[in-house]
Amino acid sequence: MTATPRSEPVGAADPETTESLRARLEAAAQTRLGRSLAIRHVNTGSCNGCELEMRALSNVLYDLERFGLRFVASPRHADVLLVTGPLTRNLKMALEQAWDATPDPKWVVAVGDCAVDGGVFKGSYAVLGGTGLAIPVDLTIGGCPPPPARILAGLRSLLEANAT
Amino acid sequence: MTLDAARPNSRSASDIVRDGDVELCRPWSRSILSHAGWSALAHASIAESWTLLAHWADTMQAHALFQNPKALTIVPVSTPVAAGRYPALSQALPGTVLYERMIHDLWGHVAEGGTDARPWLDHGHWPQSRPMAIRPEQDGTAEPPILSAADQQSAMLLPLGPLWGLVDEAAHLRLTLNGAVIEHAEALLGFTHKGTLTLMRGKSPRTAARFAARLSADATVAHSVAFAQATESASDVTAPPRAAALRIVMMEIERVAGHLDNLAEVARLAEAQLVWTRCGMLRENLLRTSDAAFGHRLMMDCVVPGGVAVDIAEGGAEAVLRALGAVASGLESIRRLHERPALSSILSGLGRAPAALTAALGVGGTVGRASGRAFDGRMVFSAGYGALSPRLAIRSEGDALARQHLRIFEIGESLRLVAAAFDALPDGPVSVVLPQVSGEGIACAESIRGDVWHWLRLDHGQIAAVFPRDPGWALWPLAERVLPNAQAADAALIRASLALPASGMDL
Repeated sequence: MTATPRSEPVGAADPETTESLRARLEAAAQTRLGRSLAIRHVNTGSCNGCELEMRALSNVLYDLERFGLRFVASPRHADVLLVTGPLTRNLKMALEQAWDATPDPKWVVAVGDCAVDGGVFKGSYAVLGGTGLAIPVDLTIGGCPPPPARILAGLRSLLEANAT
Repeated sequence: MTLDAARPNSRSASDIVRDGDVELCRPWSRSILSHAGWSALAHASIAESWTLLAHWADTMQAHALFQNPKALTIVPVSTPVAAGRYPALSQALPGTVLYERMIHDLWGHVAEGGTDARPWLDHGHWPQSRPMAIRPEQDGTAEPPILSAADQQSAMLLPLGPLWGLVDEAAHLRLTLNGAVIEHAEALLGFTHKGTLTLMRGKSPRTAARFAARLSADATVAHSVAFAQATESASDVTAPPRAAALRIVMMEIERVAGHLDNLAEVARLAEAQLVWTRCGMLRENLLRTSDAAFGHRLMMDCVVPGGVAVDIAEGGAEAVLRALGAVASGLESIRRLHERPALSSILSGLGRAPAALTAALGVGGTVGRASGRAFDGRMVFSAGYGALSPRLAIRSEGDALARQHLRIFEIGESLRLVAAAFDALPDGPVSVVLPQVSGEGIACAESIRGDVWHWLRLDHGQIAAVFPRDPGWALWPLAERVLPNAQAADAALIRASLALPASGMDL
């Protein structure tokens, strides 16, 4: 009978190498791994046009998810609020609640002419105007409705800005 | 009391209508009924299976639009609003209750004897109440609408919306659950109310068309066509033949794109990846072609009163036919995928709408036709389709699967109609100048969700009053009656299958 084979004990990893790797990882992590944004759509009175074009972003030709962008069901899981529609008085509270529920840091993107400044519905008793009247807006994407390629370009810029 | 006359009597609906004073409205004259006649008509309409298509008001009168299915005619009727009141229709016709709530919120008219007086559009946030009245009340004192109380104390409530789904319209649906089963469903809309009617009033039809085009984006062409034709009827002019043909091309492209979107959305929720992918790709391809041919992916603002905004681009017809050819070659495999058990077992029996209910509520579109209601606005009432003889398919199952199969059939039929319209595309101008006249008109267009009706009155070329009837007015009351006994987990799928809209009826 021989002794049971056993691995040799080793000491701690070389602290210098560990430290240098940690420094490199920290420097790279945000740019390499920070390329993902969860998006919550908030409808503040849209005619459904911007929604149609945003839904098109998920089709196989645009395939939003390949960029690390995805729509989520709750503002609590979101990095970005994508707001569509002229801000109706009846939905102001819903927008403010969605904003409050979104964890910091967060981005707000106003999509479509209506969300930018109320669009054709400016001046109605039922409409306040653009998204910016209720919450701070970081990026506006104009158009009635903006085509998917334009919405995607805006979101990809946001992704780049977020990663640096 | 005017309501004493609200009992059924032996007079026929047509006789009651004939008693009224006639107001000129093209192409169907409008009858002004006494309060007694108005109430009697509500009851007679049930006995004779007339369908109520729309109910609205202006500052002086309440209006209703009926269809007489036997005579294939449209019957607009009105009754004066006296001291802020008119007799309610909702006791006899339960489907009118949302209209009565809307009329009260916008004009302040009280539907006397109505079954539900709660607010609908006015959630208590406007700076003024009854904004369409001659004198709106400046302090918005309306209480926010209250949903009805649950039947039992221990009931579990599942509130959905107004922000609902991943990317969707804003509407609130409150489900009362017994375990996993829905016992009661109640909808609240009005969140996306934009004051569209006040914005249209006092404008020229050409300017107001931009609002008609933004009632509901996936029916933007249908709403634009109904608005334009109502304007043309009121002004007693006809759009040039080339414009009429191009309108049909655009309406059918919109139908193909809309049905593909709906097939894709139902497939996504039913986890049928292949259907979702294929429909999404075909639709995107078609929208890019619309952009090239007409200058806008959804063809928004392309139809204007008097004709169309611009002629089809050089090579546009060929591009559209190529994109539709791709749809045609993919359609059979999409249909077969709906026959496989993976999808058919989920959709079969889901969200079943009984035939009697869809008929009573006047539900049109694929939802109505899947439940046996043989109504399509293109068959009789929508201009220009006569020579193309569109084929109508109906089914009797009334479930989500039947609705998907009808959408697939209707895509195929639309492909045929576009090809036929291009074959016979006349040369000539694409618009006429509208005269600055006074008049009244009604028109119909078949949208992806069913029949859209626009009524308007012009005063020296400006809009004095207008009302667009979106199919949502019939679909939401249907949804409230179809959801009970379904699984709560299926609510989103049923909503997608019925294609429930919001903006078009939120006005």
